[in-house]
Amino acid sequence: MEIPLRKAKVSREGEFVVVDAKGVHYRELNEVINELVEKGERKLRLINVNGQRYIADGLRCDCYIEIHGVAGDDLAAFANGPTVVVFGDVQDGAGNTMNAGRIIVHGHGTDIIGHSMRGGKIFVRGHVGYRVGIHMKEYREQVPVLVIGGTAGDFLGEYMAGGRIVVLGLERLETYPEIAGEWLATGIHGGAIYLRDEVDEDRLGYGAKVEKLTHDDRRFLEAEVGEFCSIFSLNPEEVLNAEFTKVVPKSHRPFADMYSDAKEG
Amino acid sequence: MVRNFPPEFVVRVDREACINCLRCVRECPFGVHEYDREKKLWKRHHEKCVACLRCAYMCPVQAISIERSPMEYAPHPVWTNRVRKDIKTQAETGAVILTAMGNELPYVSYFDRLVLDACQVTNPSIDPLREPMELRTYIGRKPEKVELEEDNGVRLKTKIAPNLKLETPIMFAHMSYGSISIEAHLSMARAAKEVGTYMGTGEGGMHVELYPYADHIITQVASGRFAVHEEYLKRGAAIEIKIGQGAKPGIGGHLPGKKVTEEISRTRMIPEGSDAISPAPHHDIYSIEDLARLIYALKEATRYKKPVFVKIAAVHNVAPIAVGIIRAGADAVVIDGFRAGTGAAPQVHRDHHGIPIEAAIASVDRRLREEGIRHWGSIIASGGIRSSADVAKAIALGADAVYIGTAALIALGCTVCKKCYTGKCAWGIATQDPELRKRLDPEEGARRAANLLRAWSHELKEILGALGLNSIESLRSNRDRLRGVGLTEPELRVLGVKPAGE
Amino acid sequence: MCGLGGILNRYGERMSGREIIRMSCMMRDRYDGRGGGFAGYGIYPRYAEYYALHLFFRDEVAKERTEELLKDRVAIIKDEPVPMRRVREIPPENIVWRYFVEVPHRFRDRKEYQEREEDYITELVFTINDCIDGAFVASSGKNMGVFKATGMPDAVAEMYKVEKYRAYCWITHGRFPTNTPGWWGGAHPFNLLDWSVVHNGEISSYGTNRRYLEAHGYKCRLLTDTEVVAYLFDLMVRRQGLSMRTAAVALTPPFWKQIERMPEPKRSVFTALRMTYSQAMLNGPFAVIVTNRDTMVGLNDRIKLRPLIAASSEDCVYLASEEAAIREVESNIERLWAPRAGNPVIARLNEEVREEVIH
Repeated sequence: MEIPLRKAKVSREGEFVVVDAKGVHYRELNEVINELVEKGERKLRLINVNGQRYIADGLRCDCYIEIHGVAGDDLAAFANGPTVVVFGDVQDGAGNTMNAGRIIVHGHGTDIIGHSMRGGKIFVRGHVGYRVGIHMKEYREQVPVLVIGGTAGDFLGEYMAGGRIVVLGLERLETYPEIAGEWLATGIHGGAIYLRDEVDEDRLGYGAKVEKLTHDDRRFLEAEVGEFCSIFSLNPEEVLNAEFTKVVPKSHRPFADMYSDAKEG
Repeated sequence: MVRNFPPEFVVRVDREACINCLRCVRECPFGVHEYDREKKLWKRHHEKCVACLRCAYMCPVQAISIERSPMEYAPHPVWTNRVRKDIKTQAETGAVILTAMGNELPYVSYFDRLVLDACQVTNPSIDPLREPMELRTYIGRKPEKVELEEDNGVRLKTKIAPNLKLETPIMFAHMSYGSISIEAHLSMARAAKEVGTYMGTGEGGMHVELYPYADHIITQVASGRFAVHEEYLKRGAAIEIKIGQGAKPGIGGHLPGKKVTEEISRTRMIPEGSDAISPAPHHDIYSIEDLARLIYALKEATRYKKPVFVKIAAVHNVAPIAVGIIRAGADAVVIDGFRAGTGAAPQVHRDHHGIPIEAAIASVDRRLREEGIRHWGSIIASGGIRSSADVAKAIALGADAVYIGTAALIALGCTVCKKCYTGKCAWGIATQDPELRKRLDPEEGARRAANLLRAWSHELKEILGALGLNSIESLRSNRDRLRGVGLTEPELRVLGVKPAGE
Repeated sequence: MCGLGGILNRYGERMSGREIIRMSCMMRDRYDGRGGGFAGYGIYPRYAEYYALHLFFRDEVAKERTEELLKDRVAIIKDEPVPMRRVREIPPENIVWRYFVEVPHRFRDRKEYQEREEDYITELVFTINDCIDGAFVASSGKNMGVFKATGMPDAVAEMYKVEKYRAYCWITHGRFPTNTPGWWGGAHPFNLLDWSVVHNGEISSYGTNRRYLEAHGYKCRLLTDTEVVAYLFDLMVRRQGLSMRTAAVALTPPFWKQIERMPEPKRSVFTALRMTYSQAMLNGPFAVIVTNRDTMVGLNDRIKLRPLIAASSEDCVYLASEEAAIREVESNIERLWAPRAGNPVIARLNEEVREEVIH
């Protein structure tokens, strides 16, 4: 009972090119997207998406892509500029090693979102899974930002080398009410994490510490959380009217004392 | 407590010959030679000497010689000098012992227990000086069969996957910019282009000065994802996902912040002075289907125009892992044996993990053939390839091509003093110090690196001639042309060769 | 190494195999075609009280030898070929036969067998797998069966006509093996009695777990790490009487750091479980779905290195490696979530599904 794969149906709806992804394999779907972008289309609406991988992977453009459904693994990996809005959930690895662009997720996300991202922004309205923002980086004027409306799993910001993560914890899970999981920011050596709650220091990973928010931090939060709230129709004053905890690296060289010189003989 | 730690080397200076020019003081980055101008007194810090021999060769009057220190602990066959020194070091520091270059323990070298055949009477050897002799090798996926359209002239119907074309089956291994200097990178890039082969960037990205050679450069995507950017991926000739390396299987690495200079920072696209941490696994790969996901993420990002290689350390289960990698969509699997070099590795990993490359090549080649998918991907072998004979033996065991790292660095002047991780390389190779870097002239480096490839290629042709073959592909997996000397039956079985005389 | 999925109808209503096949197809990019399979519970209502043995035979000789053994040990109520179609993608490798059997009265009447009937069947399964060359028991539970082979799950389903069976619980697996060559017996689900397991990832502690199980009389002969999961559940839940939740604690216990933070007496309980079952602890990256006649459990490793999504609708509970697989077959999802590392999701007939918080 093999399920046959279909060709993507393409139509136009106002300024949008609409691609029906129902039953279409990712390879075909992404080929269609790449062709449309190469032809100069800048507004794409993908409907009936369900798990197709690599949408907007390696895409260098300033186009706008709407995804209706569940975006598959590695959404906008290596992307360099596009805005991707998902009306639904995203699977693992959204924004993997992204250089520039925006991912907006109206649903939830799972693991390793924003892995090694160097620039751009990711806003997730719901909860996210494990190892989110792992090894996020920054480079000169590129400072990636990841804002999560719900909660995050263990190992948030593990090996973080730059960028900013904000977790708002607006909704909580029954099974795990904490705003973020254990081993928070293990091995962090750059960047900062802001959590809209208190954090027990016992839950911090190796190399992480809690620091007081500065005026600049507040300004940063006002800007980014403000943008988050306007995207998802929330009241920014209510959201910002809370104590935030800031987690930062103890050092830019967390493992400096780990090694000693070999003395062979 | 008295620090009872005998130095490894002693610096001997012929005081009569010495003209007090202080050249040795300037040449030694480790601070061995010290001269007190006021008191006109020399002090030699023997314990700092690493036997790189820089001072000895730069001394204008050849007054310096470096010797092994005669002072050692009382002999003991189990508690060797090295064991005792390691324990004392760790008792002092509480730290992991760091070292460089390849495995130093006296494991058997299978290359040295394998001998090549030669033609005598029954089939003729070939004189490569007057007969054609081919070393060209294509790395990448090959189709199962070729289909042609023959109605209107002959046209190729089968789509051929992107392959790398090598004029000699030897490439320069991935060594990152950061672990070695831009001059070392440039030397190899120029040599690769000149000879018609490739070099690997390592995980430190591609310096802008390498862009003119980008069509002969394989970019690397490692766990730290340094420099990984869609333009970088599209610029190189192929992409290599680094899962592991033979010198330190299963662990990651740290480039200390002090080595992340302005230029390194720009090439890796990370902040200056911050540690560059490469974690042990890729954060997005915890299983084979995750590797498949990354392979196709890279193929999608480069629109299926670049071959994607996957490099692993040779470990116990290497054959099924390599099969999985090829099935996951890789165009080549790179296997790095346990003798592979490194710029920095914990000694415990360098010396105790992994398996010999010879066994790994043979078992991967066999397993891919058993599953009927040998043509899906190429096998690139690396880790301890020291000569054209090693290259020939690796290919006869089943490799398509080899990577050379340490051998290439030796061609550039390296003396294997094993202090790469200090960043103080006296020969200007494993360093970012602007003064030390001047010691390696990329033009001269390129000439030497290219010479090494030419010399080995020439020898390979001579080896093929002696075997009565005129093309390298007839040596590939041709284990019938190898015999083992002094190997046990299980070893011969794994290598797939007969004992000498049989 | 793979993708997995499962559906349990909470009210025990039976569903055709179509949904589970579609779920499996949605995750095709996770497999490499060297193994696919399904297990269905409730598929043999007419023979529900008998053990249904699904057997692979390499040839007629293996079949004859197995039947000799079966006639000696059990009463065969009915036997027949498992209905199959020829499919292009899967070369016929085995004769696939099913036997509905019961333990003969001469044994059942003896007291020492009454309590150990299932051990008796277990022993039979191990004897066939171990001693008869070319014979393999694919499943041995009651009112259930495993359908598996070397191939993509959709081709395997086509071959076994899986869509024609009706079950209240289905699990599926598509394989991408890196340890062992693909063979029919090596495909998932793995089964023993009512226990079936599908597994994504690798059990790096296999050597330790295997020696532990062997000391308890299990024979790990399937050349794969997954079988230990089935046997560990059999040992702890069926033989030792632990609850599913407690068994899960033993398999994926919290870290010592977390245990030390627990209040008493919880701390003592967890410490004792870790100490006692240290060799049962599963290490390495994995997500598994384990089923028996009334339960479906999803479980992740302690640091969640493999994906697993759970969902429920009014009637059904779903588990899968990817959300897309669940959305493909259920448009009225009431709740969908990613269970935390090491927390079992336990779905039982006539109960609300719950994620047990042990981490």
